[in-house]
Amino acid sequence: MQRRDFLSMMTATLAAAGLNGCSETLPEKIVPYVRPPEEVVPGKPLYFATAMPMAGYAMPLIAESNMGRPTKVDGNPEHPASLGAASAIAQASVWSLYDPDRSQTVTNDGRISTWESFVSALASPLAERSAAQGDGLSLLTGAITSPTLAWQLEMLLQKFPRAKWHAYEPVGCDNARAGSRLAFGNYVDSQYRFDRADAILSLDRDFLSHGPACLRHAKDFAARRRPGQPPNRLYVVESTPSITGAKADHRFPLRARDITTLAYLLGERLGVRAVSSPQEITPPTAVPWLDVLIRDLQEHKGTSLVLAGDEQPPAVHALVHAINAALGNIDNTVFYSEPVEARPVEHVESLKELVSDIAQGRVAILAIAGGNPAFTAPVDFQFSKLLESVPFRIRLGIYEDETSALCHWHIPEAHYLESWGDARAFDGTATILQPLINPLYRGKNASEFLSALIDQSPQTGYDIVRTFWKGRMGTDFETAWRRALHDGVVSGTTAQTRTVSLVPNFAVPAPLPGQGDVEVLFRPDPSIFDGSMANNPWLQELPKPITKLTWDNAALISPTTAERLELTNGDVVELRDGSYTLQAPVWISPGHANDSLTLHFGYGRTRAGQIGTGRGFNAYAIRTSGAPTIAHSSIRKTGARVPLASTQSHHAMEGRDPVRTIVAGSAVEHEGLSDASLYPPRPAADYAWGMSIDLSACIGCNACVVACQAENNIPYVGKSEVANGREMHWIRIDTYFDGGNENPDFLFQPVPCMHCENAPCELVCPVGATTHSVEGLNEQTYNRCVGTRYCSNNCPYKVRRFNFLQYADYETPTFKLLNNPDVTVRSRGVMEKCTYCVQRINHARITAEKEGRRIRDGEIVTACQATCPADAIVFGDISDPQSRVARLKAEPRDYRLLGELNTRPRTTYLSRLVNPHPDAPKENRRG
Amino acid sequence: MADDQSIITPGYTYGSVTQKISSIVLARRTPWGWMVGFGISFLLLTLLMVAVTYLLVIGVGIWGINVPVGWGFAIINFVWWVGIGHAGTLISAILLLLRQRWRTSINRFAEAMTLFAVACAGMFPLLHLGRPKFFYWLIPYPNTMHLWPQFRSPLVWDVFAVGTYMTVSFLFWYVGLIPDLGTLRDRSKSRAAQIVYGIFAMGWRGSAKHWHHHEVAYLLLAGLATALVVSVHTVVSFDFAVGIIPGWHSTIFPPYFVAGAIYSGFAMVMTLAIPMRAAYGLQDFITMKHLTNMAKVMLATGMIVAYGYMTEIFMAWYSGSRFEQDMVVNRMTGPYASLYWGLILTNILLPQALWFRRVRSSVLLLFIVAMSVNIGMWLERFVIVVTSLHRDFLPSAWGMYYPTMWDWATFIGSIGLFLTLLFLFIRFLPVISIFEMRQILPEPQRKESA
Repeated sequence: MQRRDFLSMMTATLAAAGLNGCSETLPEKIVPYVRPPEEVVPGKPLYFATAMPMAGYAMPLIAESNMGRPTKVDGNPEHPASLGAASAIAQASVWSLYDPDRSQTVTNDGRISTWESFVSALASPLAERSAAQGDGLSLLTGAITSPTLAWQLEMLLQKFPRAKWHAYEPVGCDNARAGSRLAFGNYVDSQYRFDRADAILSLDRDFLSHGPACLRHAKDFAARRRPGQPPNRLYVVESTPSITGAKADHRFPLRARDITTLAYLLGERLGVRAVSSPQEITPPTAVPWLDVLIRDLQEHKGTSLVLAGDEQPPAVHALVHAINAALGNIDNTVFYSEPVEARPVEHVESLKELVSDIAQGRVAILAIAGGNPAFTAPVDFQFSKLLESVPFRIRLGIYEDETSALCHWHIPEAHYLESWGDARAFDGTATILQPLINPLYRGKNASEFLSALIDQSPQTGYDIVRTFWKGRMGTDFETAWRRALHDGVVSGTTAQTRTVSLVPNFAVPAPLPGQGDVEVLFRPDPSIFDGSMANNPWLQELPKPITKLTWDNAALISPTTAERLELTNGDVVELRDGSYTLQAPVWISPGHANDSLTLHFGYGRTRAGQIGTGRGFNAYAIRTSGAPTIAHSSIRKTGARVPLASTQSHHAMEGRDPVRTIVAGSAVEHEGLSDASLYPPRPAADYAWGMSIDLSACIGCNACVVACQAENNIPYVGKSEVANGREMHWIRIDTYFDGGNENPDFLFQPVPCMHCENAPCELVCPVGATTHSVEGLNEQTYNRCVGTRYCSNNCPYKVRRFNFLQYADYETPTFKLLNNPDVTVRSRGVMEKCTYCVQRINHARITAEKEGRRIRDGEIVTACQATCPADAIVFGDISDPQSRVARLKAEPRDYRLLGELNTRPRTTYLSRLVNPHPDAPKENRRG
Repeated sequence: MADDQSIITPGYTYGSVTQKISSIVLARRTPWGWMVGFGISFLLLTLLMVAVTYLLVIGVGIWGINVPVGWGFAIINFVWWVGIGHAGTLISAILLLLRQRWRTSINRFAEAMTLFAVACAGMFPLLHLGRPKFFYWLIPYPNTMHLWPQFRSPLVWDVFAVGTYMTVSFLFWYVGLIPDLGTLRDRSKSRAAQIVYGIFAMGWRGSAKHWHHHEVAYLLLAGLATALVVSVHTVVSFDFAVGIIPGWHSTIFPPYFVAGAIYSGFAMVMTLAIPMRAAYGLQDFITMKHLTNMAKVMLATGMIVAYGYMTEIFMAWYSGSRFEQDMVVNRMTGPYASLYWGLILTNILLPQALWFRRVRSSVLLLFIVAMSVNIGMWLERFVIVVTSLHRDFLPSAWGMYYPTMWDWATFIGSIGLFLTLLFLFIRFLPVISIFEMRQILPEPQRKESA
């Protein structure tokens, strides 16, 4: 090659490269950021009311937006279903918004496509169906409470009169619904008033953590355990240890089918007449305090409350309705309302219809909006296999999951923080969902998806939801609309209470005898629910309330049964129910009913994403439509073992009493530890921050753990690191089992940093990276930390967390949007821990200084405190004797954890208060 | 062969002593045994290099440490190596001041061993940092970041204690080497060796003035080093004693750590001296008298260590503190009980054999006991560091510590570093002090000086 040629070629190449570099210029005019958008002040977050739909029901939220990025949610204090509380799942939902594994594009047979292609591809099959009056068109959704969706559904069924709609939620309330029909002749929702109940009996009902009303229940229940309140009394008979059982004053473990028998027995003892009750009820293992309970219930007519678990058969629900009626509780502690769900159905039945339609070749188009039926449907439906026989299958889903893989079209669904919509809470109160960000992946929500089926040209979610509410919000729509958006509550939407009357002599079928070696109970997972949250690492790493397991599910069994079957934690067993088998590792759970085994849903996902795929076992694989909540199976030890990662290996208190218990009514004196010191006291500053945690109120629900994680940019570490003891949570909930393996007391203790006044960590740090602020905060300076870990060794509470590896994700682009801009993202090799949300303290300080005043009591709310459904955590200035926290610390129940070490912690606890019946046998009392 | 009581076999003269010792260094051919030993050591050193590189790239998370056990092998090894590093100074300085003439033939390599052990030790606190690149923040120096160490932390004291010890040990060793370097310079045949030894001999000509200055400097350094023998391990023990963890928070730690350090140091000297004297035929210089004396020191310090263990148990009971009592019970019966009882066996029970003259005069048995103490002292540090941390105050926070392959690689690699340095030392420097050996020759032999 000639030199000349070489040079000319080089020139051409360079020119081409240069052109390429310029080709990114946008054709549209862009405008520099001279005038900022209205309301946005850099560094100041904005808050919007919205709601997270969960299993169809609204969880009302206030979402925080930092420069257009939603980073954190909290409960909506204006909404009766939240009153400020949010669950762990809601707290973690922000992560899912930025999940890089979310489906990002429309796909057709696995190839990338567009929404427009989808709409046009839909046209001719729909026209065919339209000609046949909609025959052959089937729609499958989850439970629908959204008024807009219900309205759209109506329109769809008007347009296609012979089309069919089905609803399926894997974790539903079929039994309760069937029970209400049994007792009252039609579907009604039960609404409970725990604030009015003095004596409560739960038959396998985990009302504090399950169901759309659990936050409200927790709030009302805990309010009755606060200082100065007459304490209520809770009796729980349950099969698997739950946080409700943990809060019981009298708890007894029974197999689920024995609880059913117990319900019949109770009905008889309380004078409830129902026909075809089993002739002879042999009481199961005697509940030792049964007589006391019956007397207590009868003494509290109108102020007692009996509840049945969703897993219990309809007959038990019907009996419980009758018992509540007999006790005069109806319209006192129990109210009945119209079902909040639009077109309430029994979900397993509804899905069964669809399945039989498909099997008979009567479905030509199947549209699946949300859910994940290919994963969650009862195994005997063989849903995945049948699904493939439907000629045209379309799916709207957040992830390209097991169901999407079997469908022709997959439409990415918008996250609730990206979409317009509405939903109703357990009591019927509706919330308008407003988006905080444009859909990251151009997702569509269910309304827009339905619109593609109904309308000529699909409408936007905003238009749909506004069109629906126009005319339903009074005369001045715009004002009412703005108010509804602002408050997060649409006024006047609360479900109407209904007066119901019992069907005279309603029939309850006799309890079915179980076959098989063990009873198998199906429950939603405490963290990842029905599996829809499986790809959320905050929830995967969240220790499950009782077992403290992370990243896995396990078959929970009682210690006695484990001994009988010679099983230890991690031993894999094979369960066989008919032709269905399942292999699962066991986990020994003290307080579990004997000869019974609990399986949690949600694991064993095959297409969840990088986080959720291939973890644990799939409990749906053995769950049949005939026995969706309680089944029976044979059990066999396989000899294989699966390592399981738990965050707490030791549950005995070893006589150290980190959790103290006081029986209601007994005299208590403040422990009054001396603050004597050889050193002069520190000079007083303007404020002295402190925290009080009420162990009576705390229900161990974990919401604070995830709230803290979201607020403070806490990384997740993965299963192997958890197994190594390196989880990063700044607040943990310790669970102790006190008093034997059969029926121990379960004690919860949230442990954040104690912010000791004599902090052992501070004096051993060689570089002064952890120091004491004048206001009493034990501060950690990440930049200065060299990572000796001496502070962690010397911390008697072990609340310090170390970045052993690079845990924070600096690479994934979407996670850059997720972080709280007020909190440093920590790098490898530095120590971190609870800061009392110092960024919130400083926000309040700046506001107060601008306004020339002191920070008000209650102005600073830590992330854990804000989300707590039980209001167990109170933070504030202890130098002001009138502050709430100072008054709580003056309570006689107040005590210091490990106070004898003279660390003088600023975080103190209120002893757990229990209220056992004085006549109950001593050995069966809590506390 | 020498009888048990002499510290040098009779019959040597100035000339033959010098010849015998310097020939190890000046031999033309490197013995194959040295090559093999050095080769293996160097392989282990390479393992250390790999482990450290991986550590610096990935982070301390490659080790088994966690919360609650924030310190693992790194700190165990640090304390173990520092302990080993005690014998050199003790033998050189204290025994010099006490005019224990038997020290002469072992002091040189004991000092070298000290130096290398402290080098191994010093590596660990740096490597165990979460951010090792900022280790210098522990050193007080004026800087624009307004950083200043937090002087209440024992880790800052460590920096000074170990740093000073390292410096003084080096100076002491080097000053002691100068006359011998002069001898090597004069006797070596190759030009290169003459130049190198000449540089390091710093112009030593053996004049009376030189000898005078040398002796003064040596004595002064000995005086300094004596205080350090006590101070280093006292300060190292503060790392634990200042903490509030049951099993750490104890006033017995300083004396018991110092005794333990001397114990382990002598065990290591014995471990090295026995094979070396066999390999290089130095039985005439390192006689049974030396070995017996060292065995006696071990027996004495071992008893102090045993007393320390008993005191811990007694104080736990006497304190009435549930945490202390549970800690002792946990050590004896908990998940690491086998290591605790292994410690008692190797560090307390087995060494009792040294009461018997027959054991003290058997080279093989002495070697076995010395190895047992080496292991025992390592176990002691494991028990102190890990079993105290893994179950402290709140049962909810209890955990376990399992070393990973990288923990082991770093530990074994540090032994490789130690042995590599030792082999180089044996090959290039006189392992026994020539000039001091000449001094202990009986009068008549001296006169026949070469």
